[in-house]
Amino acid sequence: MSKDTIVAHTISVLVANEPGILARVVGLFSGRGYNIESLTVAETNAKESQSRITIVTKGTPMIIEQIKAQLDRLVPVYRVRDLTVEGPHIERELALVKVKGVGEKRVEALRLADVFRAKVIDAKSDSFVFEVTGNTDKVQTFIGLMEALGLVDVVRTGIVAMSRGGEAL
Amino acid sequence: MTKPEESATTGADLLVKALIDEEVEVVFGYPGGAVLPIYDSLFKQNRLRHILVRHEQAAVHAAEGYARSTGKVGVVLVTSGPGATNAVTGLTDALMDSIPIVCLTGQVPTHLIGNDAFQEADTTGITRPCTKHNYLVKSVSDLARSVHEAFYVARSGRPGPVVIDLPKDVLMNKHEYVPPPKVAVTHKSYRPQIKPDPKKIEQAVEMMAAAKRPVFYAGGGVINSGPKASKLLTQLVHLTGFPVTNTLMGLGAFPASDKQFLGMLGMHGTYEANLAMHGCDVMINIGARFDDRITGNLSKFSPGSKKIHADIDPSSINKNVHVDLAIVGDATAVLEEMIKLWKARQPKVDQKALKAWWAEIETWRARNCLAYKPNKQVIKPQYALERLYHHIKDKDHYITTEVGQHQMWAAQFLKFEQPNRWMTSGGLGTMGYGFPAALGVQIAHPEALVIDVAGEASILMNIQELSTAAQYRLPVKIFVLNNHYMGMVRQWQELLHGGRYSESYSESLPDFVKVAEAFGAKGLRCEDPAKLDDTIKEMIDLKHPVIVDVIVDEKENCFPMIPSGAAHNEMLLGPEDRQSTTVSEEGMVLV
Ligand SMILES: Cc1cc2nc3c(=O)[nH]c(=O)nc-3n(C[C@H](O)[C@H](O)[C@H](O)COP(=O)(O)OP(=O)(O)OC[C@H]3O[C@@H](n4cnc5c(N)ncnc54)[C@H](O)[C@@H]3O)c2cc1C
Ligand SMILES: Cc1ncc(C[n+]2csc(CCOP(=O)(O)OP(=O)(O)O)c2C)c(N)n1
Ligand SMILES: [Mg+2]
Repeated sequence: MSKDTIVAHTISVLVANEPGILARVVGLFSGRGYNIESLTVAETNAKESQSRITIVTKGTPMIIEQIKAQLDRLVPVYRVRDLTVEGPHIERELALVKVKGVGEKRVEALRLADVFRAKVIDAKSDSFVFEVTGNTDKVQTFIGLMEALGLVDVVRTGIVAMSRGGEAL
Repeated sequence: MTKPEESATTGADLLVKALIDEEVEVVFGYPGGAVLPIYDSLFKQNRLRHILVRHEQAAVHAAEGYARSTGKVGVVLVTSGPGATNAVTGLTDALMDSIPIVCLTGQVPTHLIGNDAFQEADTTGITRPCTKHNYLVKSVSDLARSVHEAFYVARSGRPGPVVIDLPKDVLMNKHEYVPPPKVAVTHKSYRPQIKPDPKKIEQAVEMMAAAKRPVFYAGGGVINSGPKASKLLTQLVHLTGFPVTNTLMGLGAFPASDKQFLGMLGMHGTYEANLAMHGCDVMINIGARFDDRITGNLSKFSPGSKKIHADIDPSSINKNVHVDLAIVGDATAVLEEMIKLWKARQPKVDQKALKAWWAEIETWRARNCLAYKPNKQVIKPQYALERLYHHIKDKDHYITTEVGQHQMWAAQFLKFEQPNRWMTSGGLGTMGYGFPAALGVQIAHPEALVIDVAGEASILMNIQELSTAAQYRLPVKIFVLNNHYMGMVRQWQELLHGGRYSESYSESLPDFVKVAEAFGAKGLRCEDPAKLDDTIKEMIDLKHPVIVDVIVDEKENCFPMIPSGAAHNEMLLGPEDRQSTTVSEEGMVLV
């Protein structure tokens, strides 16, 4: 891989869940001109008051190395792991997809939802809200298909990710 | 020592107690409504000395000077809103130059935060990108712990500024004191790496032993690490027989008078230092960060070398320049291990190659790149600094600077034999830094000769501090190289913008002698090269704060110079070189 190749990396960051931590992380990215493709955050260990942030970012290998080093030097950051380089990992995101329509289109939307194992979590006579979970590709494809069938609204969580196997972060 | 039965005290009293327990002796500050409880606590004690500055920016610079010249943490106290925003330049300066500072800021009471209350500013928001870390203390029960943690964070690892934002109600509420932890704190998430990986040290020693054209490139990290690191660096350089260069921030880490010293490198560094960096085959970077003032054009930077980089901050490594061997650790520990292994291995260095390398370096040195044309009519700034150095070199002295040509000439013409004697704003390049920094140095070293080498434009940026100098009888000397121009700006306009001197003339300057007198200081002026020595002697002998207005050649430029975007071997040595190199368009956009 050339030193100028732009690659996407999924980075998992374990942080102290304290005020301002998200602002620190986001400010670091905007202040230094790094990309954020996706960012998710929530408390994952209430007892220790720790949160896990999953960031998908893009850059040259040197930039990715910088991003990790910059994250790691924030005082409330416990650990930074680059899931993309540290072996196999799983990525998931969840989307809520609202589709409006009647007749053929409505039936087709429902049929496709079944293929994608999307759940119907709200139904009216002329609309559905589907919940779809999977890797980004799958979610993307599902949303793409719904466009022709009366897509009116989408929300996505962004990516959460975890390494495979029995090890903790 | 606090006994548990001791009754609860107010947040402000707790704070003062915590500062004393952190061995703070001096606080540089400026009062206001939000911090009145702290000023009240200060009033009731006599362990902490408060130095009242005249502008909050100066408080931070003074604390920086204090910190850099002692190795201790500098402490600042300012009020909410404008007090905090005025401190921002100083905090940014300290962040860029890795100076340990704890800055206490007042804040509106917790119940008013977010309401646009009087003198409210989002201080933690504003200072997040310009501090190493910051705290908003929301409860008095967290106060003492936050203070202890702040000091630990400020001074450990790569040092830097830490802000503690203190809402007024927190300062007035009561709580029991929590003393600092007795054992070295291990923070839950922040753990700087001090000890280097022994395998890396081994590899480094092997690379050094195999070198034919080596050079040590040592920076501010050696100073940050403490005076021992400078001793060890000197020892290792002597042991290996290799040449060594220092960055602007590293001056003093290796004795300037030593034969193995090549002087400063970089944009205004010496010919020999830059060519040694360009032509070396092994570069050993200890605590320097490959700043753009050093590397010039990255794609042409030291193209043929294997690079070793030892730094306490992993984010400094491979940021600008890709290195072959990264060593994370404290400079003292790294140098100690290198010396140990070098001595144990007694490697056979290729002495013939090293001799040939030194011979080449000597030919570069023989170019005498700092030479300038002496003049009997007008004082050359270089001459003024040579004479200044002559008169102070045997005295216990400290130098600070403002920013501009005078700063570069000071770096070139004053010689630093020891660490912590040279205070300058390198990373941020803050005009107005030098004078307040000198006040901080003088507070820490009351008997020493402290000189701020200044430009006539820079000194006006914190001139109000003459009042502070007068109040505390701080005999700081301000040595103004008055060229009637923002000389560094003028130089760039001459070299890059066709000599269109847009807004760089120092118009309507005050009479500096009268300014000094108005503030109760002494003022001297010198325009005649023949009288310069006497003026300098008079300045040194005066036991007052002094401004010396040295009228120097207006048109002198600072050389050598590597124009933006050029490589080390494309440096301009003097005015004659100007036409031969044109600055590329790529270079023009660079700062
Ligand atoms: C007008 C102007 C012109 C300038 N021209 C030049 C020039 O010609 N030449 C020049 O050199 N500079 C010049 N500078 C200064 C330049 O901008 C940088 O500030 C300077 O080069 C940085 O020095 P440094 O690399 O030593 O790093 P510093 O900023 O001092 O950083 C220290 C490095 O050491 C690391 N460190 C900290 N503590 C430790 C420790 N305990 N152990 C190990 N590592 C540690 C840090 O992580 C960091 O990477 C100029 C500045 C101005 C304003
Ligand atoms: C606060 C601030 N504003 C602007 C600059 C840009 N700047 C760098 S050097 C300089 C001129 C300094 O003039 P002077 O103090 O007279 O020093 P000289 O270069 O003439 O020695 C300026 C304006 C700066 N470094 N800092
Ligand atoms: Mg000037």
